[in-house]
Amino acid sequence: MDSIFDIFLLEAVINGLLLGGLLALLSLGLNLIFGVIDVVWICYAELIMIGMYTIWWLHVPQGVTLWLAFPAAVLLVAVLGLALHYFVIRPVLAAEPINQLLVTGGVLFFLQALATVIFGIDFRNLGVRLPGFSVGDMYFSSSRLLAFGVAVAAIGATWWFLRKTFTGVAIRAISQDRSIMPLMGVNPNRIYLVTSAIGGGLAGLAACLLVLQYDVHPAIGLSFGPLTFLICVMGGLGNLIGGFVAAFVFAQFISVGGFLFQLEWGYVIAFAFFIAVMFWRPQGIFARSSR
Amino acid sequence: MSRQVAALPAGADPRRPGRTLKNVWLAVLLLFLLLPWLGIGQYPLHLIIIALIWSYIYTSWAVMGRLGMVSFGHGAFMGIGAYSVVLLWNLHGITPWLGALTGVLLSLLVALVIGYACFRFRIIGHYFALVTLALSEVVRLVIIALRDYTGGSLGITPKPGLADGATASLYAMQFSDRTVWFYIALGVWLLGLVLWKLADDHPSRRALQAISEDEDAAASIGIPVAHTKLGITLLSAGMTAFGGVLYAQYQFYVNPDTVSGIAISLQMVFGAIAGGMFVRLGPTVGAMFLLALSETLRVLIGNEHHGVDMTVYGALLILFIIFMPRGILGTLLQRRA
Repeated sequence: MDSIFDIFLLEAVINGLLLGGLLALLSLGLNLIFGVIDVVWICYAELIMIGMYTIWWLHVPQGVTLWLAFPAAVLLVAVLGLALHYFVIRPVLAAEPINQLLVTGGVLFFLQALATVIFGIDFRNLGVRLPGFSVGDMYFSSSRLLAFGVAVAAIGATWWFLRKTFTGVAIRAISQDRSIMPLMGVNPNRIYLVTSAIGGGLAGLAACLLVLQYDVHPAIGLSFGPLTFLICVMGGLGNLIGGFVAAFVFAQFISVGGFLFQLEWGYVIAFAFFIAVMFWRPQGIFARSSR
Repeated sequence: MSRQVAALPAGADPRRPGRTLKNVWLAVLLLFLLLPWLGIGQYPLHLIIIALIWSYIYTSWAVMGRLGMVSFGHGAFMGIGAYSVVLLWNLHGITPWLGALTGVLLSLLVALVIGYACFRFRIIGHYFALVTLALSEVVRLVIIALRDYTGGSLGITPKPGLADGATASLYAMQFSDRTVWFYIALGVWLLGLVLWKLADDHPSRRALQAISEDEDAAASIGIPVAHTKLGITLLSAGMTAFGGVLYAQYQFYVNPDTVSGIAISLQMVFGAIAGGMFVRLGPTVGAMFLLALSETLRVLIGNEHHGVDMTVYGALLILFIIFMPRGILGTLLQRRA
């Protein structure tokens, strides 16, 4: 019995690793926005939901090929991110920080209800199922592997962009000191807009990967939204590497905890662990030393 | 209660504003007390009861929310209250009165542990909001995971405790007559307002105000920050748990998504903010406003379009937070002053 148990545990660990890649991508955009603009988009998961609906609507009722539907969704959510910053966040940038959190909560309600009005409360799916594959006695889904690969690539690309391009360097500079940068000839408002568009684009990319694995419905954001915030907070809000590591830690809790007990208990353990970590390191495990 | 607010300026006597105001309030309250006897029908009465219960719950949230402690975790306390009472009754036949006590005590315990740790380690602002959000998800997921007892996502109905032909059972806290529920809800709502007033009159009120403006400065003049914040948190959590009890007993059905988790926690936050969390009747105005909005839209566009009311509500919330962060009542009162 022991050997079977072990191989299934290994399967859970590897599935956790694959899930970790997806969670890392989910939290990447949110984390970037927090690091640069200092605002938590509570409605981030709802932007992903809109992206998933866009792909479904283009592919299923409209018959557009997925190769066009995916970029269209990424573009649309990037524009949404831009609009969100321009119309909703900008007016409250000078207000108390908690108002910025709350205003995006209003957007959460709005987007969720709007999706209900437009698409109804039915669960929708693409009807596309990628084949699974097995290694020895272990079974894996290839959409998870794909998601993992794309997530790692996207994180690498974001990393390269932030390190090697002028705009990327300006974004990092703004996140380190927002008052001095205007003196260096960088327009913070433009940087904020670019960051919001990138954050939205990353949400759109996450939507492409999620829609291959899960059915979309208006409340889907609530099922992974909280997890996304907690990953960012645990990694230290705005710390991209911390968020990346935290995503894998969370994924292992969910996957192995869910394997040993029940799926919900996996989540309960992950959330309880989060609360405990917050008491130990209130600014996240990998808190930036400058703060 | 928007009707009452509108009545204030008209009835106010400039020479003796305090006394006339009090008379107006008493008159409105008396009128309200007679409401079930004015033949308003079962459905409107149901709406009023629901509005009163939510008003009380939003008020419970705002007791601490107005002091800069924006909790996204009050769904946890409501869920603990609601499920304690139903589970103890269904599984062990324990009267809901004891169930309510258990629920309130349990949520006080949770609030004590989480609150103490948060305040001790200076978790404030976004971080406090997100830690409490995790708490409300933990409670929701535990309820779902214990599906052998709680019925999981399908929810659970309290066992009927009324004898044949009886309309009320005090022992089972079950009443088939809406009029009884109206008075219970009204009483609890008034109790919520009284508790708010008592908290305002308490010596720690000024300390809390100072803390909400600048924690470090407050600590530097000798205010015991963690201790003071914990007191108001316990009050708010206990009140919310009792709101959960009331909701479960009146609706006669609880579901993890309608009494706990992020959705319900956000509903409390935004209900209170829409009405105005800094004034005592603000959360009540928020609850009435949301109900009036959804009912008006339901009548105007019918039942088949799901989500239109929440779309309008969401859009209004965004506008409120941007243009009038003090909420409906808060802005009205400010303009008058």
